[in-house]
Amino acid sequence: MNRFRNVTKKIGSLEFAVLSPTEIRKMSATKVITADTYDDDGFPITMGLMDPRLSVIEPGLRCKTCGLKVGKDKCPGHFGHIDLAMPVIHVGFVKTIRNCLRATCRNCGRLLLTDKQIEEFSKMMEKHRSEGRDLSYILKNILNECKKVEKCPRCGREVGKIDLDKPTTFRENGKKLTPSEIREWLEKIPDEDLPFLDINRKAARPEWMVLTVLPVPPVTVRPSVTLESGERSEDDLTHKLVDVIRINQRLQENRDAGAPQLIVEDLWELLQYHVTTYLDNQTSGIPPARHRSGRPLKTLAQRLKGKEGRFRSNLSGKRVNFSARTVISPDPNLSINEIGVPIEIARELTVPVRVTPHNIEWCKKLVRQTAEVSSQEDTEEYKPCVNYVKRIRDGMEQRIKVTEKNAEEVAERLEVGSIIERQLMDGDIALFNRQPSLHRMSMMAHRVRVVPYKTFRFNLAVCPPYNADYDGDEMNLHLLQGEEAKAEAEILMKVQENILSPRFGGIIIGGIHDRISGCFLLTYKNKKFSKDDAAYILSCIGYKGKFPETHTENGKEYVYGRDIFSVLLPKDLSIEYKAKACFNCEKCTAPDCPHNAYVIIKKGRLIQGIIDENSIGAFKGKIIDRIIREHGTDAGREFIDNVTKLSIAVVTRYGFTTSIDDEDIPEEAKKQIEEGLKKAEKKINDLILAYENNELESLPGRSLEETLEMEIMRVTGRTRDMAGEIASRHLGLDNSAVIMAKSGARGSMLNLSQMSGCVGQQAVRGERIHRGYQHRTLPHFKKGDLGASAKGFVASSYKSGLTPTEYFFHSMGGREGLVDTAVRTSRSGYMQRRLVNALEDVKVENDGTVRHVGGEIIQFIYGEDGIDPARSINGEAVDIDRIIAEVKEMR
Amino acid sequence: MVKTTENKHQFDILKHELVPHHEILSDEEKKQLIEKYNLTPDQLPKILDSDPVSVSIGAKPGQIVKIIRKSHTAKEAVAYRLVVESN
Repeated sequence: MNRFRNVTKKIGSLEFAVLSPTEIRKMSATKVITADTYDDDGFPITMGLMDPRLSVIEPGLRCKTCGLKVGKDKCPGHFGHIDLAMPVIHVGFVKTIRNCLRATCRNCGRLLLTDKQIEEFSKMMEKHRSEGRDLSYILKNILNECKKVEKCPRCGREVGKIDLDKPTTFRENGKKLTPSEIREWLEKIPDEDLPFLDINRKAARPEWMVLTVLPVPPVTVRPSVTLESGERSEDDLTHKLVDVIRINQRLQENRDAGAPQLIVEDLWELLQYHVTTYLDNQTSGIPPARHRSGRPLKTLAQRLKGKEGRFRSNLSGKRVNFSARTVISPDPNLSINEIGVPIEIARELTVPVRVTPHNIEWCKKLVRQTAEVSSQEDTEEYKPCVNYVKRIRDGMEQRIKVTEKNAEEVAERLEVGSIIERQLMDGDIALFNRQPSLHRMSMMAHRVRVVPYKTFRFNLAVCPPYNADYDGDEMNLHLLQGEEAKAEAEILMKVQENILSPRFGGIIIGGIHDRISGCFLLTYKNKKFSKDDAAYILSCIGYKGKFPETHTENGKEYVYGRDIFSVLLPKDLSIEYKAKACFNCEKCTAPDCPHNAYVIIKKGRLIQGIIDENSIGAFKGKIIDRIIREHGTDAGREFIDNVTKLSIAVVTRYGFTTSIDDEDIPEEAKKQIEEGLKKAEKKINDLILAYENNELESLPGRSLEETLEMEIMRVTGRTRDMAGEIASRHLGLDNSAVIMAKSGARGSMLNLSQMSGCVGQQAVRGERIHRGYQHRTLPHFKKGDLGASAKGFVASSYKSGLTPTEYFFHSMGGREGLVDTAVRTSRSGYMQRRLVNALEDVKVENDGTVRHVGGEIIQFIYGEDGIDPARSINGEAVDIDRIIAEVKEMR
Repeated sequence: MVKTTENKHQFDILKHELVPHHEILSDEEKKQLIEKYNLTPDQLPKILDSDPVSVSIGAKPGQIVKIIRKSHTAKEAVAYRLVVESN
């Protein structure tokens, strides 16, 4: 009835226990007494750290304890033990030991509470336990009660104050307690008092937290490696154990020989140090044990902890086969769904194909091809071969490597039911991924295209979801091995299925850079193209339909750029919106925009307007968005592919370049800017003067100094805008840099005005730069100078060049930006990790509820409205505007 | 809805605009709910019987409270909580 009960198995409880000395001895295969590992002949020393009874590591040798080999039989490894001459404290338990000492009497070992108190607490605990609630609050209370007691209520002994000197020294009233004394004390604590100390009497006795015998892990846990030079190199754990045994021996000898108390105590402490670092080499308060080279040793705790530890690195993370990694580079001729895989990689990666009566001839052909390929030139057509053939013989699986020599023979003997491991072919489906994998679009399915050379290649439109660029980025490819996996990837993970992002309910894949410039060039200012050019451009997208309408002027035939673009649009597309190039005029004359920045598409024809970032750009393109929603992902993919080809054809036909002279502005403009700068400087000086004469009126809630700073910041800000405004007045749409900025292809008008006009105020922490020497930023200025240039205003433009002081301030501002991004990435990365760990088991069930693994309900309807964010319209469930527009059109 | 606030002068929290509408399900409704979502009561989100709202409407452990709250995405969202004993 209940589907969740059938599937999940709940873990009732986990119990952690402490190993008792008897248990350690019982499971020990041998006592270890020799600190050496191998003798001069290279044989392991008996009762040494590499004793063959602790299992063996060399393949072929047999374990002396169980007689199994390491390889197939899998000897599990056997523990040994070291008898410690004197007891030492286990670092992992110091806190528990401290609590035990504080809560019990040294004389009688009983809890420092009266019978009445104990009864009360035990009642409370019983109640909590029966309700399955956390006991930690009560346990804390018990400890606090015990701390208040001054005299043991049972034997009347004065209770001493227990201090813990990190990491392992205990003091009673300032007097040191030796581990032996502590152990004796802990032994006295009766079993019935243990639950009040948060100790399960079945799992542990408090005195077991003071070690008298140390387990030695099997050799398999700490294998030694033989270096090329024939030298043996031991594991860090073995090194540490050697130290422990050596000191232990010396301690024993000294103690037995009746050495002075002082020497014995020193050795005892040394033994404590070694055992502590053996367990955890990052205990605060003691220097970590180091290797001869100075590298800190990786001991037990270090093996488990952290990102590189056993849990996060080996148990939650796994390495995979059938994957490849290389540098990426662009290829606009590939569809967005495709990925170019280098031949070299294609030959290495395989896909399993089951031989059936229907494909056996084809399979044989592939196997035979293996012989031909090695002699193949790179220029020849790629022929997939077979790397392995798997077949079942007498219930045994055979895996035959296909080589040049045996190819013919293997092909002959190929039978139905075998599996061939075929090399990669065009059309195979593979997952492509770039780290950091921050959202699901970081891993998408592509169709393989085998290509020459050594890089992965894919369409530029797919850069934004991966956040990739081609400055040396590497990406990973994973081949799918099963039919279900392939089908699932094809339906759910293909690039075209991910054009609409669940992040914000809009498109994430679309034109960038040159394709936006190209479309802009095609459509701005009602551009006309000669019939020849138009034909060339259309041929680039393989257009086979009717030639767009031509117009005759001066005896020559022309085609409007917008008509060329219309060829790509579905015939029923009607949409109106503002282009990126919109000037945001004060009074918008919407349908007939003087700047041609209002796009109107009717029935698949571009009537007017410039095609730019708002039409086809990634994140913003309205046309792509509409096509996907109305005509599906196939149409969307086709449109993106065609826009790519079209705009690249335009851009290559007409040329598009930007150079330093794009930032040239006429002399008079320069003069204007200079005047503006002068005016601003005067204004700032006036402000400073007013401030110095106490004539400045402070803004509400601000001090006089803050007011001055704000006013100056405002002036400098306005000055930069002014310079930008003057500069951009002289930079028209015949300027490539401006085209890029206005169309949204790359850069902004701010970038341009900084290059040709004025860089503007540099800021650190949102304020003018004020740090540096005493009362001044740099020694080039007078002390107390509050002027513009002394506080980081850069009046020059990037093109004219910065003065040395300006350059310095600019570097300060730039550095802050770098530091900020570095801090942000690490912090948000950790935040994301915590979030993902908390949410990974939550999923939407078929009935629309959001549930945890146990079937507990988190939300009754996903998102309270049941809307898939990827299908939402910018987060909204319904696009009201569009419905209204559609209704209007119908009337 | 049963009002059990003893002190007459105390503010009725149910009237506060930030407190969503709570109501106790009848046994019949409870059965339907369990049927609809195919769950055991302990798989529902919980609310303490000492919760101010539970006290106000007199919800007892084992009952299910229906909560109708305002939502950003869907004007109104319905949720159910199982009343559990505090302490």
